Amino acid sequence: MTTNAQPALSRRSVLKGGALVVGFNIAGPLTSPLLDSVAPSAAAATPDPELLDSWIAVHADNTATVFMGKVELGQGTTTGMLQIAAEELDLAMSQVSAARVDTDVTPNQGPAVASLSIMDNGPQLRAAAADARQALLRLAAARLNAPADRLSVKDGVVTVEGDPGRAVSYGDLIGDRRFNIRMTGKAPQKPVSQYRLVTSRAPRVDIPDKVSGKYVYMQHVRAPGMLHGRVVRPRGQGAYGDGARVVRIDAGSISDIADARVVRRGDFVGVVAGREWDAVRAAEKLKVTWDVPPRLPAGRLFEAMRASRTTDSVIVETGDVAAALAKAAHVASATYYGPYQSHAPFAPNCALADVSAGRALVMCSTQYPHGLRNMLAQTLGLDPEQVQVRYYEGAGVFGRACHDDCAIAAAVMSQAVGRPVRVQFMRWDELGWDNYGPAHLADVRGGVDADGNIVAFEYHGWHHGWNTAETSQELALGGPVQPPVSGRARLVNKETLTAVYAMPNVRLVNHHVPGLDGYLKGGNLRSPMDLSISFASEQTVDELAHAVRMDPVAFCRRNMTDRRWLGVLDAVAQAAAWAPRVAHAAPSTGRVVSGRGVALGTHIVSYGAAVADIEVDRESGEIKVRHLYGALDAGLAVNPALIENQIEGMLIQATSRALIEEVQFTQTNVTSLDWKTYPVLRFADHPGVTAIVVQRLDERSTGAGEEVMGAAVGAIANAFFDATGVRMRQYPMTPDRVRTALKA
Amino acid sequence: MAEEVTIRVNEQVATLAVDRDTPLLYVLTNELRLQGPRFGCGLAQCGSCSVLLDGVEIRSCVTPVGAVEGKQVTTLEGLPALYARQRNLARAPALHPLQRAMIDEQAPQCGYCYNGMIIKGSELLSRKPQPSEREIREAMNGHLCRCGSYPRIMKAIQLASRFMAEERP
Repeated sequence: MTTNAQPALSRRSVLKGGALVVGFNIAGPLTSPLLDSVAPSAAAATPDPELLDSWIAVHADNTATVFMGKVELGQGTTTGMLQIAAEELDLAMSQVSAARVDTDVTPNQGPAVASLSIMDNGPQLRAAAADARQALLRLAAARLNAPADRLSVKDGVVTVEGDPGRAVSYGDLIGDRRFNIRMTGKAPQKPVSQYRLVTSRAPRVDIPDKVSGKYVYMQHVRAPGMLHGRVVRPRGQGAYGDGARVVRIDAGSISDIADARVVRRGDFVGVVAGREWDAVRAAEKLKVTWDVPPRLPAGRLFEAMRASRTTDSVIVETGDVAAALAKAAHVASATYYGPYQSHAPFAPNCALADVSAGRALVMCSTQYPHGLRNMLAQTLGLDPEQVQVRYYEGAGVFGRACHDDCAIAAAVMSQAVGRPVRVQFMRWDELGWDNYGPAHLADVRGGVDADGNIVAFEYHGWHHGWNTAETSQELALGGPVQPPVSGRARLVNKETLTAVYAMPNVRLVNHHVPGLDGYLKGGNLRSPMDLSISFASEQTVDELAHAVRMDPVAFCRRNMTDRRWLGVLDAVAQAAAWAPRVAHAAPSTGRVVSGRGVALGTHIVSYGAAVADIEVDRESGEIKVRHLYGALDAGLAVNPALIENQIEGMLIQATSRALIEEVQFTQTNVTSLDWKTYPVLRFADHPGVTAIVVQRLDERSTGAGEEVMGAAVGAIANAFFDATGVRMRQYPMTPDRVRTALKA
Repeated sequence: MAEEVTIRVNEQVATLAVDRDTPLLYVLTNELRLQGPRFGCGLAQCGSCSVLLDGVEIRSCVTPVGAVEGKQVTTLEGLPALYARQRNLARAPALHPLQRAMIDEQAPQCGYCYNGMIIKGSELLSRKPQPSEREIREAMNGHLCRCGSYPRIMKAIQLASRFMAEERP
């Protein structure tokens, strides 16, 4: 196959069925960029992580390519990882670049989830770079005839100390040849005190192209001879596990779109056409009769969850909660409700697959290319080694949106028609068939003594887990689906619930709801479960502070012992110029009242804190978040500027999720299918944001993409109480719910 | 049915054999292979596909290609040149001031919505060189960003406004 060049065009020629472009200067400034080759590699071979060459290649021009298995999702991971590599190699940022993530090119570093990239894979890459530097210094010592301990490196040029005339560059030493050595992981690494790139605010490497329009998103990738595909499904998913059964397809309903044809495998239905608009129209017009059982608990979601036959597990049991609650000066007790929410990426996912006998190349925006490869192999009836997955960034997904579903759809269609197929999910496909962040129900009880010490905390959380199969796979393969599973990030979060405050008596119980009993698909949505958990637990803590008439920040501080939790609390309080006072002590009586709240939270690791300033219109029920302050301690911040950007994004997205976002459904299907039926926070309503990074040079780097979300939602909820003296027990805190709460 | 449609995009003329009802977006992305306008919703709800039509921001995903004949379409790729013409500059800068400002503010995360953000922001600045915060919020309200970079876009538009003021002879 060739690269993705423009088709040859002749002036005023007429193409049958194809596109005619005449008089357009395709060689001029409008030339579309030459996209990466779409040809699959000759033989698939995932790079061996034990070999140094799998991680780093040094070129003759004294630059280096870094091979990482983690994908760029807009969070700046690539920049941070390049900083780490360049630091250890003593190269400048301009001398390093990252290879496109591809199962045949880059090593398997696991999925880009749970904000693990820098935490888990940074050290891996640092060790590889240190190994490479050591190997290069050995070569230099021989070339320069000087002992290695007299060599120093700057920007990839090795010099002999005290004799700067004796120098050789990395490029001269190894340029484009392989190291051919195994990773030791033992080469000496730079001490933190000598860092010059790591901890610096290096600008993001991807931003210039993203702003100019040169950046190649998945949606831009084309292949010669490809068809445009669209999936055809009921608008909005029904109950997970029930599938969507095809009763009848009326292929005649698209007979007027000459170029379009139906692709079917099992209950998987799609259309392909040479032209994109024909595929869009065909998918819209194709008449398919579906059997979709009415099994969703519309209007009684939380009742159904509570009544379900749960699998219960005690996550934490310390002391005697019942006895401590009985003796507590005050007890706060309430039930809290968190909605299904959608990843709702700004652009629906897109994928391009070229499947032929014994070989598949699938280009897509997966968060885990090596994991998707296995799913594709299973669906296509190939061995994993026959499948190559190449990553292109799409719009930010913040968890398991439809990227893998879309990739499998493209592969199924390509296999069926024997040509490359590009599938662009439509807005309703992405929103309607998402793996939603699961709904959550919580019963919480907290007790405090008269001195303001939290003496007991009990949390019961209900939710189903995450489905394991992707929809295209299920529909194409048929058969029973696996029940949604539980797991670390799918349990009530003991990190947020027990790590923040020092509490002597704690009981956390997870009630795993059977996800095949008529619920939506579930998946990891940014800071999974934490928003619901912090919404409940941080309001409980705030309620206890109020019960003992204490300033909320002082109350939190009194109940904390960990210096890092204290550190983020102090940092956010200072940034917000927090003035100590009891919440809702001096309520205003106007129609619009303002309030301020504080909360803490995390996602597995790192330490997050937030302060919210809000206004509530007591007549309309509208909440306006005016300003959010977010502090994050993620250990050693490789690039504080990247983390600030993440914190700001978290604060804005958390506002959207706290106030607006909720997946709606009937008994048969999801009805949140576009930006009108699944509204999100808009420009006009966004709060001001202040991000604070607590730099900890003596701690390992930990996640920085999710950990302020829960705190932000908690802070908004607590600010609502400060403003109104009323607690919101359910989010999103929509005007309807606010009016109802204020009337109660 | 396909027929010849002649459109003017970024000061170049293209004659295409396409159904006149085809949304402009698909022509720009598939026939002309432009990368600025891009699919987001197909419903004119998000601003991903925005282009300028005679200098006014429109949603190319719901605009039939036949409806833009005789008008000037400007995409992200053509924005610096349009800016140079609007400001009587001797030659087009590499980037529109708002694009420079977006880089200075390190605004994007995934960056997918930035086509629309820059197109709409540039339209605002061409109408109103020194917009207030409120005017920016109002003008930009039809453009969504899922990564939550609104505050940085706000700052970038204000910074671009200063760049433009400094450029005045």
